Amino acid sequence: MAKVQDRKLNDLLITGDQTYTSIDSSVDRLILNQKLHGKGWNILFLIGISLTGLLGVSIFWLLYQGIGIWGNNVPSAWGFDIINFVWWIGIGHAGTLISAILLLMRQQWRNSINRFAEAMTIFAVMCAGLYPILHTGRPWNAYWLFPYPNILAMWPQFRSPLMWDVAAVSTYFSVSAVFWFVGLIPDFATLRDKSTNKYGKVIFGTLAMGWRGSNQHWHRYEQMYLLLAGLSTPLVLSVHSIVSFDFAISIVPGWNVTVFPPYFVAGAVFAGFAMVMTWGLPLRKFYNLKHLITDRHIDWMCKITLATGLIVFYGYLLEIFYSWYSGNFYEFKLLMKTRFTGIYAPMYWLLIFCNGIAPQIFWVPKYRRHEPTIIVVCFLISVGMWLERFVIIPMSLTNNYLPSSDKPYYPSFWDVAMFTGTIGLFITLMMLFIRFLPVINIFEVKDLFYKMGGKKEIVEEVGANS
Amino acid sequence: MGSQVFKPSANSVAQVAIICIAAGPLLVGLSLAALSRSPANTKVNVPKNQPVPFSHQHHNWELGIDCRYCHTSVEKSAFAGIPSTETCMSCHSQIWTNSPLLEPVRQSFETGTPIVWNKVNKVPDFVYFNHSIHVNRGLNCNTCHGPVNDMHITAKGNSFQMAWCLQCHRNPERYLGWSKDLHKEHPSDTPRQLAFKLYWKLQTKGKSNLSPAETILVNGNFEGADDQATKEAGREIVEKYGIKTQQLADCGVCHR
Repeated sequence: MAKVQDRKLNDLLITGDQTYTSIDSSVDRLILNQKLHGKGWNILFLIGISLTGLLGVSIFWLLYQGIGIWGNNVPSAWGFDIINFVWWIGIGHAGTLISAILLLMRQQWRNSINRFAEAMTIFAVMCAGLYPILHTGRPWNAYWLFPYPNILAMWPQFRSPLMWDVAAVSTYFSVSAVFWFVGLIPDFATLRDKSTNKYGKVIFGTLAMGWRGSNQHWHRYEQMYLLLAGLSTPLVLSVHSIVSFDFAISIVPGWNVTVFPPYFVAGAVFAGFAMVMTWGLPLRKFYNLKHLITDRHIDWMCKITLATGLIVFYGYLLEIFYSWYSGNFYEFKLLMKTRFTGIYAPMYWLLIFCNGIAPQIFWVPKYRRHEPTIIVVCFLISVGMWLERFVIIPMSLTNNYLPSSDKPYYPSFWDVAMFTGTIGLFITLMMLFIRFLPVINIFEVKDLFYKMGGKKEIVEEVGANS
Repeated sequence: MGSQVFKPSANSVAQVAIICIAAGPLLVGLSLAALSRSPANTKVNVPKNQPVPFSHQHHNWELGIDCRYCHTSVEKSAFAGIPSTETCMSCHSQIWTNSPLLEPVRQSFETGTPIVWNKVNKVPDFVYFNHSIHVNRGLNCNTCHGPVNDMHITAKGNSFQMAWCLQCHRNPERYLGWSKDLHKEHPSDTPRQLAFKLYWKLQTKGKSNLSPAETILVNGNFEGADDQATKEAGREIVEKYGIKTQQLADCGVCHR
C-alpha cells in the first residue's frame, strides 16, 4: 500500500494511512450509520428547529400586522431587514469562491471543503432571500419584481439597483443550487450502491438520476461542471457588487462611494470563510474528519480570511479618508458625529476591532492552526460583518442632509426574533445536511488521492477483488 | 454493493419527469395568465341579473332615449349616476303600468326604498375614476362600455384591467379622433356634445350611414384608431384641451 505521507507535494491535504475504501467510509458513514449522530446533533437540531419556529411565528405576525411591527420607519426605512439580507448574502460567497474560482484555478485543496461550503451558500441565500421579500410588505405580490407580461401593463424599473438585486440574487441561488446538485450526483450514486436499506436505495437512486459512472457520464459531467464553474465565477464578484449598488447608487452620505463594490465583495468572502471555518472545525472534530479537512486547509483558509480582512480594513480607512478628502460637509459630519462619537459610536469601534484588529492574529503561523483562537476570531468576524452593515445602513440614514433625519433607529422585538429565527433556519438546514447528505465531496477527494499517488492501489484493489 | 432497485427503464421515466418538471411551472403560469384575461375572471360580455330585467337595447336603441336622461351626472361628476325610481316612473306611471316585470319598480316607488341594482362596471377602490373628464374630452360611452345600445341585459364591455386603461392613457390620440366626421357635420359642437351626437346620428341616419370609426364604436369593439387622419384629429383634441400626455400615465393620475 502506497502511503500518502510519503509524498512531499500537497502532503497534508489527506493525512493518515488511507485507501479509496477508507475515504468512502469516512464520509458515507455519517449517512449510512445514523447512530453516529449523538446528543450533540440532537441538541443543536432542537435549538435550530425551535428558532425556526420563532421565525415562523414572526413571519406570521408580520403578515398579520404588517411591517409596522419592525423598528424601521422614516428616516431609517431600512433596518434589520436589509442589514440581515446583506449579511446572509455575504456569508454565501465563500462557497461560490471555493467551488467556482478555486476549481477553475485547479486548486485541488478545495475538494474536501467545497461541498459543505456550497451547502452554506444555498442555505445562507435562502435566509437572505426571505428579507427583501418580506420587506416589500406584501410578499404575496413579490412576483411583481420579475418582468413578465401582466394585466397591469407594468414593467419593473430597470434603472433601480433593487431590480438588479432581484436578478443577481435569483441567478445566484439557482446557479448555486444547480452546481451543488450536479456535484452531488456521483456521490449520490456511491450512497445508492452502499445503502443497505430500501429507503436509502430508492432516495439516493432517484437523486443519482441513473449515474453509472460510465466514461460518457464522466465526460459529460466534467464538461458541465466546468461550464457551471465558469457561470458561477462572475457571480462571486457580481452579486455583492450589485448589493453594494443598492447603497452606492444613492446620494446618502457614506453610501455614495466607488470603493463599495470591491469592499463589499472582499467583505463577503471574508465573512464566508469565517463561517466555513466556524462550521468546518467542529465538523471535522466531532465526526473524525481531520484526515480530510486537515490543518493545512485551515491554515490556507485563515490566510484568505486575513487577506480579504485587510481589503475590508483598507475600505474602512478609505471611508475615513474620503469623508475628509471629498470636502463634503455631510460626509465629514457623518464620520465625526455618528461614527467616531455619538450613540452608535461603540458599534463603530467594535466593528474596527472585530474586522480590523482581531484577524491580524492570523499573521502568526501558530494561530492559523490553533482551533480555539480560530473559532473565536471567526465568531468576531461574523459579528463584525453584521456590525459593518449596521454602520452603513441606520447610521447613514439617521444622519442625513436634513435635521428631520436626526432620529435614532432602534430594532423592535420582532426584528431580533426574525434574525434569530433565520439563524435557527440556517442551523436546522445545516444539521439536516450533515445527517443526510455527504458533507465532503467523496469522489473529488478520491480523485485528489489518486493524483497524490494512490494510483497503485486501484490496481491492487481491483486485483484483490477479482 | 447491493442489488439495484431501479431498472434501466427508470432512466426514461426520469427523463420524462424532468421535462414535465421543467414544463409544469410554465404551463401553470400560462394557464393562470389566460384565465385572468378570460371572461371567467373579467366578466366581459357576461350579462348580470338585475332585480328588474332592464334592457338598454330597448330603451336606448329602439326608443332613442339619451344616455343622460337616466345617467344624469355623467358630464359633471365622477359617477355617471344610477337613475332613481322616480326617473323610471316618469314614463312607467303612464305606460306598462300593470306589467308584472315592473312590480319591483312600483314597490320601490310606493315604499320609498330604492331598487338595489347589481353593479356591472366597477373599478377597485384604489382607482379614482372620473366620468366627467372622460366625457368632456370627447370619449364616447361605447369606447369603454361596449355596445350598450345592443345589450338586453347589461354586461361589461371591457375588462377594466390596468393594461386596458393604459392603452388610451399612453396614446390618447388613438381614442379621441373618432369624431372627426361628426365634427365636420357639427362644427360648433364640443367633443363632449359629439360624444352623444353619435347616438343621435345613429337614430336619424341608421347604422349603414355611419363612418367606419363610428360603426366600430356602435358595434362596440373599438380598440383605438391607427390611421393617420384619425390620429391627427385626436392630436388636435389633445392639443386644444391641453391634455398632458406626458403625465397621463403617471401613477398618481388614477391612484392618489
